[in-house]
Amino acid sequence: MYRYDEFDARFVKERIEQFRGQVARRLSGELAEDQFKPLRLMNGLYLQLHAYMLRVAIPYGTLRAEQLRMLAHIARQYDKGYGHFTTRQNIQFNWPRLVDAPDILCELATVEMHAIQTSGNCIRNVTADHFAGAAADEIEDPRPIAEIIRQWSSLHPEFSFLPRKFKIAVSGSPNDRAALKFHDLAVEIVNNDAGDIGYRVYVGGGMGRTPYIGFVVGDFVAKKDILSFLEAVMRVYNEEGRRDNLFKARIKILAHALGPEEMRRRVGIEFDEIRNSGTLALPAEELARIEAYFAPPAFERLSDEMPEGDEDFTNWLSTNVAAHRAPGYAIATISLKPIGGVPGDATAEQMEAVADLMDRFDLSEIRVSHEQNLVLPHVRKRDLPSIHARLKELGLATPNAGLVTDIISCPGLDYCDLANARSIPIAQKISERFADLSRQHDIGELKIKISGCINACGHHHAGHIGILGVDKKGVEHYQLQLGGSGAEDAAIGEILGPAFGKDEIVDAVERVVGAYLNLRAPGERFLDAYRRLGVTPFRNVAYGEDLHAAY
Amino acid sequence: MPLIRNGAFVEDRFFFVPDGKAFPDEKGVIVTLARFLGEKESLFAHRALVGVRLASNENPAALKADLARLSVVALEFPKFRDGRPFSWARMLRTRFGYAGEVRATGDFLYDQLAFMARVGFDAWEVRQDFALEDFRRAMGEITLAYQPAADGRRTVRELRSFPLSP
Repeated sequence: MYRYDEFDARFVKERIEQFRGQVARRLSGELAEDQFKPLRLMNGLYLQLHAYMLRVAIPYGTLRAEQLRMLAHIARQYDKGYGHFTTRQNIQFNWPRLVDAPDILCELATVEMHAIQTSGNCIRNVTADHFAGAAADEIEDPRPIAEIIRQWSSLHPEFSFLPRKFKIAVSGSPNDRAALKFHDLAVEIVNNDAGDIGYRVYVGGGMGRTPYIGFVVGDFVAKKDILSFLEAVMRVYNEEGRRDNLFKARIKILAHALGPEEMRRRVGIEFDEIRNSGTLALPAEELARIEAYFAPPAFERLSDEMPEGDEDFTNWLSTNVAAHRAPGYAIATISLKPIGGVPGDATAEQMEAVADLMDRFDLSEIRVSHEQNLVLPHVRKRDLPSIHARLKELGLATPNAGLVTDIISCPGLDYCDLANARSIPIAQKISERFADLSRQHDIGELKIKISGCINACGHHHAGHIGILGVDKKGVEHYQLQLGGSGAEDAAIGEILGPAFGKDEIVDAVERVVGAYLNLRAPGERFLDAYRRLGVTPFRNVAYGEDLHAAY
Repeated sequence: MPLIRNGAFVEDRFFFVPDGKAFPDEKGVIVTLARFLGEKESLFAHRALVGVRLASNENPAALKADLARLSVVALEFPKFRDGRPFSWARMLRTRFGYAGEVRATGDFLYDQLAFMARVGFDAWEVRQDFALEDFRRAMGEITLAYQPAADGRRTVRELRSFPLSP
């Protein structure tokens, strides 16, 4: 994976010292909170309900063991002993003190980590497919171009005061595990008819109050031109994105107001000018230099046979282990969704234990997925039983990846300043309700995603079942949406009807799942059954007799 | 207002004249885009020093044909969060090749100065109490740039290929 050179190290160090000065000016009163806010946000520091929150970037979701240990150290030293992995391949610490923030950043810098641009109206931490470099279905590892985009976007002088935040995702596989079409901008590595590899660029996806599926703005951008193309999109957005209304300021609003044709035309004009100037051309040597950092480990020639084990192991294999491109290897997902747990939370002890496990099994890196799990990308199949056994001891072997209890949830009203309702307790209750493993396996792939407010950090629009917390006269309620998808068949879920009370929503979910079990064709996923049947049969059962609509 | 240019306080040879107000006898003038487009021939005929102030929603492409005759383009920040002038400055420099003064006016923060310099601003209207020392500090906080802009600074990629001697 990528290693800082002297320039990257100096850059991060200077950025921390600059931030230390800003914090000092805030503490002395020289900077008002209003002036300090955009500065702290661009360094990942939020002011939440109860305390500051520091969001640390995990660029394209890749970590080394020493970095995971550092996150554990920070959790223990500066927080309450745990961290929260988010839907954007970041980790959030919920209880740091403002005065400690520069020191935390200094500690992170010792392992080549930072919190730059994890917030603010700038180009945010670039995310990527968590199976990058390992997936059997991949055209090319997306992380080198993600790293190039990360560098290009770091303190970009022209695009640090955009109308609103800007999120970029990258994938190298036709199976979309990075929710490309829900991003402001996404880069998909594709083959063209001539057999060349280049980039398809999407723009205008997003969730929040006004969800949109992104559309293609560049069919096939040559590798050397990608930064010119991105700069063109950014300039159109910076110039024309709405600044009069916070809720209409994301690029999705501009892109869909202009429409694909006009958006392509405007980006095309900028792109031609920038490309012709030549200053942003990406030389093949530079791409190759970055790619070398991401070279896969030297795979041994191993038997491709999957080892056998007990029922627990077999269950875990069936859900948490995915196909690897190298024979004898597998991709293993470590679920951070124990039954009744907080989705995405990991304790300092768990992080350290996983780091030890990485050392013991010669695993050079680990990934953080946007589904709030951890992923071991290059596991020898023969090591799987021992790894599973160790994860079980750690309480990290929940065999539920992709199942009904693998719930995405934002922090919600338990932490977040913006939330209208709690998310975590609903996730916990659903998880407990569906705890029975054979039932989960019977239900099969079912993605539940929960957001505590319209900002949709829990990706509820993209959930097969999406749950949105709303506030009705000071009381928490929950809207149910069905049929969303964040994958290559991206779709926005349809709202079922009036919101449910907090004591009703879990029953409603269970009834919807029950309807699916009754109505499905053999082998049909929930999402496919929903698409075939439409909303009506699910709506009918969701509002059962012993439930009443909230209003 | 005090004016910083080329890293020092300098005398401001320009006077901003709001629409409808009479021009002063001496000094250069800066006018709004609307007034400039309406009166530019008479302005250029009578004055050696003419500048235009663009509101943040005014694209400098409107000045393209006149840039060679303009001494100043002032870009207004109505509030510091409005980042459009960053693009306008960049376009003036790298697209239109404008070599005159690009001046920042309005509401911007100390912490934006370095970004502004990178995209091509070379003059700043600052508050009375603003210290030059702060300006210099702002310019030196981050010494590396990952991306080309309008300041001609060597990017990190270029430094990697041709490192500076230690």
